[in-house]
Amino acid sequence: MAAISTTPRQKLGWGAANVFVIALALIPVLWMISLSFKTPTAITASSCSKQSGFFQCFFPAQWTWGNYSQILKTATFVRPLLNSIGIGLIATFISVALASMAAYAIARLRFPGKQVLIGMALLIAMFPIIALVTPMFTIERALGLFNTWPGLIIPYVAFGLPLGIYTLSAFFREIPWELEKAAKVDGATPFQAFVRVIAPLAAPGMVTTAILVFLASWNEFLLAISLTSTISARTAPASLAYLSGSSQFTVPTGPIAAAAVVITIPIIIFVLFFQRRIVAGLTSGAVKG
Amino acid sequence: MSTNAQTVTVEAPVEAPGRRRRKPPLSEGARAERRLGWWLCAPAVIVMLAVTAYPVIYAVWLSLERYNLELPNQVKFIGFANYGAVLTSPYWWEALWVTALITAVSVAITLALGMLLALVMYRTLFGRGTVRTASLVPYGIVTVAAAYGWYYAWTPTQGYLSALFNENAPLTSQFKGIAVIILAEIWKTTPFMGLLLLAGLSLVPEDLQKAAKVDGASGWQRFWRITVPLMKPAILVALLFRTLDSFRIFDNIFILTHGNNGTQSVSILAWDNLFNALNLGIGAAISILIFISVAIIAVIFIKGFGTAAPGTDTERR
Repeated sequence: MAAISTTPRQKLGWGAANVFVIALALIPVLWMISLSFKTPTAITASSCSKQSGFFQCFFPAQWTWGNYSQILKTATFVRPLLNSIGIGLIATFISVALASMAAYAIARLRFPGKQVLIGMALLIAMFPIIALVTPMFTIERALGLFNTWPGLIIPYVAFGLPLGIYTLSAFFREIPWELEKAAKVDGATPFQAFVRVIAPLAAPGMVTTAILVFLASWNEFLLAISLTSTISARTAPASLAYLSGSSQFTVPTGPIAAAAVVITIPIIIFVLFFQRRIVAGLTSGAVKG
Repeated sequence: MSTNAQTVTVEAPVEAPGRRRRKPPLSEGARAERRLGWWLCAPAVIVMLAVTAYPVIYAVWLSLERYNLELPNQVKFIGFANYGAVLTSPYWWEALWVTALITAVSVAITLALGMLLALVMYRTLFGRGTVRTASLVPYGIVTVAAAYGWYYAWTPTQGYLSALFNENAPLTSQFKGIAVIILAEIWKTTPFMGLLLLAGLSLVPEDLQKAAKVDGASGWQRFWRITVPLMKPAILVALLFRTLDSFRIFDNIFILTHGNNGTQSVSILAWDNLFNALNLGIGAAISILIFISVAIIAVIFIKGFGTAAPGTDTERR
């Protein structure tokens, strides 16, 4: 691809740069994993000082599954984990469904108000979520949505929509629309053309969008700690903050690290598995001008 | 939905701003298309308005009231007194300054490192997939989880970074605490920046680079005279999003310092007023001020630097 004459020396330089980048990206993650396998005594044993060796500090002296078995036994973590999965999946499903309808209209139909819709989506993408916390807290308490699944699903859908509309309308423009015309010539209504012909073609874009929206709601923290008060709706990232307070006499470092690994590793595997789609989705809205 | 927006179709480029289409009487098909367009957009519009517009209007109202959850019987309309209290408080100005500092420094460094990352990903002949894969890890990781990783890494006698740099509790000092927060921000967001810039980089024609090279331009000159100007739109969009995102910083600070020792961002300040002081009025006033700050930043980018809003950009294809 970038074949501007590369000498062996340059090759070595870029290779070194690669190794450097990979190390920077992975070391903090390795640290978290290694921390999650340390025993409570090893963590507090002051093994990290200027005199101690780096490896002695970084890696556990003896490995233990104790932290994992501890958090996976308590509802303080397991219930939020299930909440996260449920809330994330439902919010993703709804926002991809609504966003694909709107994105189809933006990409294909001629109607007044389209620019207003695009502007509105952009405004919401830039919206400072903290500005919502105060009013949402009050409104949700009044409506009985506070500390419930819908109480988080509704805002997650709303913030997933701009992302979905942008990504999907970029994808929808790439679809061979002659097929839609052909379907219409054959007597299909615009709605039938959408459901029967275009939706299957749009599926890859929708999968990409779903991944991005799910990642965003899986990651969300501010609303998750503000609009919940017990484990009945608290999500996994929010529960980390509460693991710290749970044990009074031992440091909660190990359990927190284990919980962090549990909520991170599946997502990392997921991201790596779908990396082409994610990269395509992230860059579609912003760069294709 | 407003009706004054001009009908711009995807196929027809907008050549001149003054261009008006004389409206022919709408055919039955065109009317059906219009109706379908509105129906398809309606659910998305309703949800977005219900979750943002209505609460913001309500927040404006709350910000004009004295409303403390500890004194529920003393709710009273007090005009702009909450704003007066916030704007004369040193906490607000310190938080604003800290937020601006974190935003400016982290965005600048992220842009530079993101550009380097994009070049590394672009130029490397082997292991390109590996670098991209590795750099997606910080992007995919849950911010709070990563923040705990950094927190423990800097814990004295327990963390590797604390040992490596011989730092004693950097998170308890304002300057070092902010530096650690910025570091965590940069680590998390550089891959995203790198990927956006990589996409911009692949739009720069290879022939142009070769021609410049034949004409004797050095690599440095080629970068500044060809690559950067051609990538300008991509860079500005990435910068706009990164800046607004960084200005909202909450998760990293909440875990790393909880906003103690003068490391409070505006979002943390608003949250504290709501959930620790239980003062809805003040909390709402801070929220509205943050909203206004974000709007100002967006306007500066779009009007000042001519950043194309992504939506209008794609529309013009």
